[in-house]
Amino acid sequence: MMTGTEQLKRLLETMGYEDVSGFSEYRKILVLAAIAAVLFVTAVVAVVMGKYGFTVMDVYRTIFVHLTFGDTSAIDKLNNTIIWDIRVPRILLTIFVGGALAVAGAVFQGVFKNPLVEPYILGVSSGAAFGAALGIVYPAIFISIQLSAFVFGGLAVAVAYLLARVRGETPIVTLILAGVIVGSIFAALVSLLKYLSTDAALREIVFWMMGGFYYATWKDVQVIAPVVTIGFIILWAFGWKLNILSMGDDEARTLGVNPERYKFIVIGIATAVTAFAVSLVGIVAWVGLMMPHASRILLGPDNRYVIPASFMMGGIYLVICDTLARTLTNAEIPVGIIASILGAPYLCYLLRNKGRVIFG
Amino acid sequence: MLQVRDIHYTYAGYPVLSGVSFSVYEGELCGLFGPNGCGKTTLFKCCLRFLTPDRGSVHMGGDDVSQKKVEELAKTVSYVPQEHKPPFPYLVREVVLMGRTPHLGGFFGVKRRDKEMALDALDRLGISNIADWPYNQLSGGQRQLVLIARAIAQDTPLMFLDEPTSTLDFHNQMKIWEIMRGITEEGKTILACSHDPNHVAWFCDRVIVISNAGIVADGHPRDVITDEVLDRIYKDTCSVRSDNGVRMVMPRCITEKTIAGRPSHCRRLPEDSIGEKRHDPDGDEHYGI
Repeated sequence: MMTGTEQLKRLLETMGYEDVSGFSEYRKILVLAAIAAVLFVTAVVAVVMGKYGFTVMDVYRTIFVHLTFGDTSAIDKLNNTIIWDIRVPRILLTIFVGGALAVAGAVFQGVFKNPLVEPYILGVSSGAAFGAALGIVYPAIFISIQLSAFVFGGLAVAVAYLLARVRGETPIVTLILAGVIVGSIFAALVSLLKYLSTDAALREIVFWMMGGFYYATWKDVQVIAPVVTIGFIILWAFGWKLNILSMGDDEARTLGVNPERYKFIVIGIATAVTAFAVSLVGIVAWVGLMMPHASRILLGPDNRYVIPASFMMGGIYLVICDTLARTLTNAEIPVGIIASILGAPYLCYLLRNKGRVIFG
Repeated sequence: MLQVRDIHYTYAGYPVLSGVSFSVYEGELCGLFGPNGCGKTTLFKCCLRFLTPDRGSVHMGGDDVSQKKVEELAKTVSYVPQEHKPPFPYLVREVVLMGRTPHLGGFFGVKRRDKEMALDALDRLGISNIADWPYNQLSGGQRQLVLIARAIAQDTPLMFLDEPTSTLDFHNQMKIWEIMRGITEEGKTILACSHDPNHVAWFCDRVIVISNAGIVADGHPRDVITDEVLDRIYKDTCSVRSDNGVRMVMPRCITEKTIAGRPSHCRRLPEDSIGEKRHDPDGDEHYGI
């Protein structure tokens, strides 16, 4: 009979996390566990916060009944709607969106060998904004705003990638430039649509671009959860390859990692995950830039740890931002604004205090 | 082990390599020697498939390199670049562990044995003391040692080193050449380029001298590092002296001063350790071109 700890040890061994003198794998796994605990606590606290003054007991009883498939008719109708149909899916959606953006950020930073890259570098946000604006201005042609945003977000990155591909190679500098070009074209197209749109549509476009979780439903969670979970697991499994890619193309070749193939795979998955998140909630800045950094400070640059840590920390950060967004004032503040206001000072702190360690 | 046949490479309209052919045999420490800009690094990159030559072929262990997958190639040959600085502060032990990548499988694949081999490689180079330093904050010389450790951890039958001692102090230069000798005595093959004629003369089994015109000489250092060859590539800057059987390449500006009767400080240089330890290869006849 194996005990629990032995089983866990065996599992870590097969995953390559075995502790050998000085590699401090177990310490890092403890840090990951601690982050997971913080994420759980954040979500549990956030679900109690809100304009409606439910007692803590009310909230947890409602959730408990649902989780145990109990008799929901015993709960107050209003309680049930606000807590189970609005708050819980909203917090789950927030965690998945934050996680998706942060993981994509970590991946893009690794592939681009640049710690200042965010997941929107290849134009996915501008493309998605254009798609969303099309959906808003021409609802008859583009039936779903979300679908249109997703398609155009993906399209923008595909165009940037094709533009950058010269003789079977996609050099990073060219790729970044192509991303800038494609991004500015789509930004111009968004401006054009804003110019053409009615006042109501203009207002909607502007709000969409600031990002928010106002209309979160269980349906959104059902859409994003499997996609982000699968994407996350694949990217996590590529963690070591990503370490190698972040050393440079020639280094990767020397070490037997085909840079072109793996760049294509991980950029593709990270883009899909980002486009999904953006199409559901609009453009949320900073999470994808900051959370990978925060993870590296805690765990070092090894992507086998940075990717899971980024996922959870992205979730934590966005849950905090969104809880502030919906509780600070009577009206709701778009979450993108809160994320930026909290994020900028943090990056400033990073640059001044840890700049040399992180940015080399 | 390595056969290079008639490699041509043109960069932006300028021919860098035109018709370079040579072979390196198993267990040899082969030096590649030549002036700046003669295409040594380009030649390495063509062999490693970072660049695709316009013409010619490269075979390693009998297999055509152009037919091999990147993953397979990395099990055959490791490469130590001249200079490399990544943006992320990976620890030295992690960078060396990356050398194990071609041998990994599974989810992340890093096994106890891989970590131990990485630590052994650090030990072998005597840099275990910097194992927990961020690699991108080390000095150029330390980074070079780490990359050599990484190549050792990669454990390939063939190793390419691009000026492995260019940024090292004198002590470390000798240590690296001794380590390279040790590696070839284990049966592995090394091709290393260097700018120091003395190093290739003292440590290599064979030297290939290359210039813009192609291969100038190929053979035992005794036959290759000569006044005639050095004059051709360096335009009368040095001459070869012999001191107690140890051959030394010295700059003419210094040797002429010695002739003029000045006390020579050069004569007191390494007659003791380095030359005597030199592995003395035999059967050099078949190496000539």
